[in-house]
Amino acid sequence: MQMDVERVRPLIPNEAKKRLIQVVGAENYDDTKTGRLVYSYDATPQFQSLPDAVIAPRNTKEVAEIAKICNEYRIPIVPRGSGTNLCAGTCPVEGGIVLLFNHMNRILEIDEENLTATVQPGVVTLDLAKAVEEKGLFYPPDPGSMKISTIGGNISENSGGLRGLKYGVTRDYVLGLEVVLANGDVIRTGGKLAKDVAGYDLTRLFVGSEGTLGIVTEATLKLIPMPETKQTMLALYQDLEAAARSVSKIIANKIIPATLEFLDQPTLEVVEDFARIGLPTDVKAVLLIEQDGPKEVVERDMKKMADICRAEQAVSVQLARSEEEAEALRTARRTALSALARLKPTTILEDATVPRSEIAKMVKAINEIAEKYQLKICTFGHAGDGNLHPTCPTDARNREEMERVERAFEEIFAKAIELGGTITGEHGVGVMKAPYLEWKLGPAGIAAMKAVKQALDPNNIMNPGKVFAKSTRKRVVVTR
Amino acid sequence: MTTKIERALIQKAFQERMDEDELMNCMRCGFCLPSCPTYIESGQQEAQSPRGRIALMKAVVDGLIEPDEEVERALNLCLGCRACESVCPSGVRYGHLLEEARDIIAQHKKMPLPVRLIRKLVFAGLFPHQGRMRKATALLGWYQRSGLRTLARKTGLLRLLPASFRQMERVLPDVPTAKEMKNRPHRLNPDGTVKKRVAFFAGCLMDTMFMETNDATLRLLQLAGCEVIIPPSQGCCGALHGHGGEKEMAKELAKRNISAFEQLDVDYIVTNAGGCGAFLLEYDHLLKDDPEWRDRAEAFAAKIKDISEVLVELGFHQLPLRVAPQTITYQDSCHLRNVMKTAAAPRRLLRAIDGVEFREMNDADRCCGSAGIYNLVEPEMSMQILDHKMEMAKQTKATTIVTANPGCLLQMKLGIERAGLSGSVRAVHIVDLLLEAAEGAQATQGEERIRQTS
Repeated sequence: MQMDVERVRPLIPNEAKKRLIQVVGAENYDDTKTGRLVYSYDATPQFQSLPDAVIAPRNTKEVAEIAKICNEYRIPIVPRGSGTNLCAGTCPVEGGIVLLFNHMNRILEIDEENLTATVQPGVVTLDLAKAVEEKGLFYPPDPGSMKISTIGGNISENSGGLRGLKYGVTRDYVLGLEVVLANGDVIRTGGKLAKDVAGYDLTRLFVGSEGTLGIVTEATLKLIPMPETKQTMLALYQDLEAAARSVSKIIANKIIPATLEFLDQPTLEVVEDFARIGLPTDVKAVLLIEQDGPKEVVERDMKKMADICRAEQAVSVQLARSEEEAEALRTARRTALSALARLKPTTILEDATVPRSEIAKMVKAINEIAEKYQLKICTFGHAGDGNLHPTCPTDARNREEMERVERAFEEIFAKAIELGGTITGEHGVGVMKAPYLEWKLGPAGIAAMKAVKQALDPNNIMNPGKVFAKSTRKRVVVTR
Repeated sequence: MTTKIERALIQKAFQERMDEDELMNCMRCGFCLPSCPTYIESGQQEAQSPRGRIALMKAVVDGLIEPDEEVERALNLCLGCRACESVCPSGVRYGHLLEEARDIIAQHKKMPLPVRLIRKLVFAGLFPHQGRMRKATALLGWYQRSGLRTLARKTGLLRLLPASFRQMERVLPDVPTAKEMKNRPHRLNPDGTVKKRVAFFAGCLMDTMFMETNDATLRLLQLAGCEVIIPPSQGCCGALHGHGGEKEMAKELAKRNISAFEQLDVDYIVTNAGGCGAFLLEYDHLLKDDPEWRDRAEAFAAKIKDISEVLVELGFHQLPLRVAPQTITYQDSCHLRNVMKTAAAPRRLLRAIDGVEFREMNDADRCCGSAGIYNLVEPEMSMQILDHKMEMAKQTKATTIVTANPGCLLQMKLGIERAGLSGSVRAVHIVDLLLEAAEGAQATQGEERIRQTS
């Protein structure tokens, strides 16, 4: 565990503290030990580090002032939503201040003429989805933690979700941003525009930049009309790879379902243990398949997909009888990772992603690697877009096993890249995968990214220690 | 204030006593956050969330922070409603962690003398002794009936009390007399054939201040076909002690209750207060380290069932039930819902009553802020939570708010007062309403019979 890492920087000098308090008010500046401790972590196992203070600004102007002061004193800034990310992206590994957005959590506008929503970063994803749904509109990105996560966090991590393969990810719905740069400048990118080629596409640059380039203070998001109907079904398999083959077959048959999720038996067991909705636990794997759109198209696609699943030895294909049942299935799927935490004290999960044609090979490889290192690895994920979440229930106190976990995940990464994939599909690089980024990008790719970082944040105050590895030590889960 | 030595002792006790596996079981996913009333009401303060509180407990165990006032404050502000457990995919038993942490702090911290005296008076002097509970209630009855209450209210004498106590005084029920509380039944036969043989857990407050509700419960059990045994040697369940950092006392009370019930050959031990029922249900956890009592506690806990579950099982909802036409909403008792997992049965019973339009309020499963004695010790947060609750209740336009726990009932009454709805909205315990409905149906049937024969 990383804790109170050796500080390369001094704590916040008294002067800086005074000025920061002047900006946000004493009630929004917390440097008590308790206040700092509860923002020393996110949902990533094995990472914890105390910030020096926690600040909750009330508006963009305050954020800009904070950035100026921090830039002057070289104080790191870690913007944080609800702390649900899985790459230690919001763990303040180099101290500094954690920036909260609980005062900046309003939906500013839902524009029904332009089909956009303008929001502050602290809005909870599900709240936005519900608000636009009331107007017959649809905000598709639905990360697993959408009930808790914020739009600001989603944008910074470019979060994916269950609907990624048909609707894309957060990036595909961000039209414009207001961003506070490290020097305190406030810029606006994009707008309520379907077409806009005026200069570099900075919107896309900031989406997924993990808080390392600037602080998102407002976002204009794209909405689409709500699909007319939706159907949900479960395909059950006694053979893991047959399930994975079905996924590739469905895509190859030119059907793009709204959701195509994969859960293996151990995952099914723990999810059912929590949710108690009657999930099958006597099969080796299931696919959770959804299609939405006009009724005829949905019915046709569902039938075709059911046929493909049966042809690939699905032992049963069941259609959800009601929207409640479908919702229960989706909700249950979202709990998969946390439910796996029932098995062992520590839960290490990865996010390796491959082209969807390679999904069967990847599932097979994961199982072989698990066997080789004598580990239990449960796999679930967004099979339809090639994004799997192999998860290892383990115990951080068992050093020897943790070493094996380490080696197994290294091998999984290597395999993903070999198959034309990536080290992370939707969780981000953060601290956790920084040592592996070069595997994916190569030295020239890293250099290009570092040049961007250097240009926008020359003093390296924006979420330092993330994305770029400090050393060449390749560690996934074991920090020494 | 804790001294440095006290903090060191508390830290050591945390390291020795806190369940490390349970602490590690929290993988910090944050799924609990939207369910936590204090997290929401505090404007998303992580320290006021289950995830934050677990992180604090773990940090004390790990030696990263001292158990200072801030930590204590965060733990004290928790309602202990355990809504987080129901939504935790990892299955973290937060309630057990909180109980242990509070017990450690209470046992090692030297509290100010008045606090110590009050704690001793209430925890050791009053609740465990049913005779004294009766005397205290009788005293309250005398206050209510003698004209002293009118005098106290008129003269402003009550203003000497803190606001939270003053409000509570207003909503206390009219209590029974000493005489009425004296002759409690020990055994009752069912109306008709015996379908089940059950024991009734009477509770301390329920059998004194809320005696009418206990009587209604017994009557419902008879109507449903239960032979009821009420062992006289039972007493307070110990929930207040357990939640308030007096675990050892709670264990003694648990043993007394287990002894009182274990020889009875009954199908269930029936409770009518979610707070008590949940604590009884976890006697096995409370006594898990006591080899002599562990198994006995398990056997006892396995028989605990809320009255609404028993009634549904015996088909009570199929009997004729009728009240005057009214809109009803139901406020879950947190411990009934989150620990006893009873949420559907009371709703099913309410929907079965003729004349009732049942309307679910938003966030019915969120704590009302009563939480044992929380509304007395943390009035500010409690009232904030309550006012939000009343907004939700108002939206349903219900004229009757039903609950299933005495604390929630008083809190609802308080909420009605605060919202200026007294006179137009009432709060009742579910068993009182069910008895009203059963008697209402009998009365109508009687009238119809008279009409037919004339």
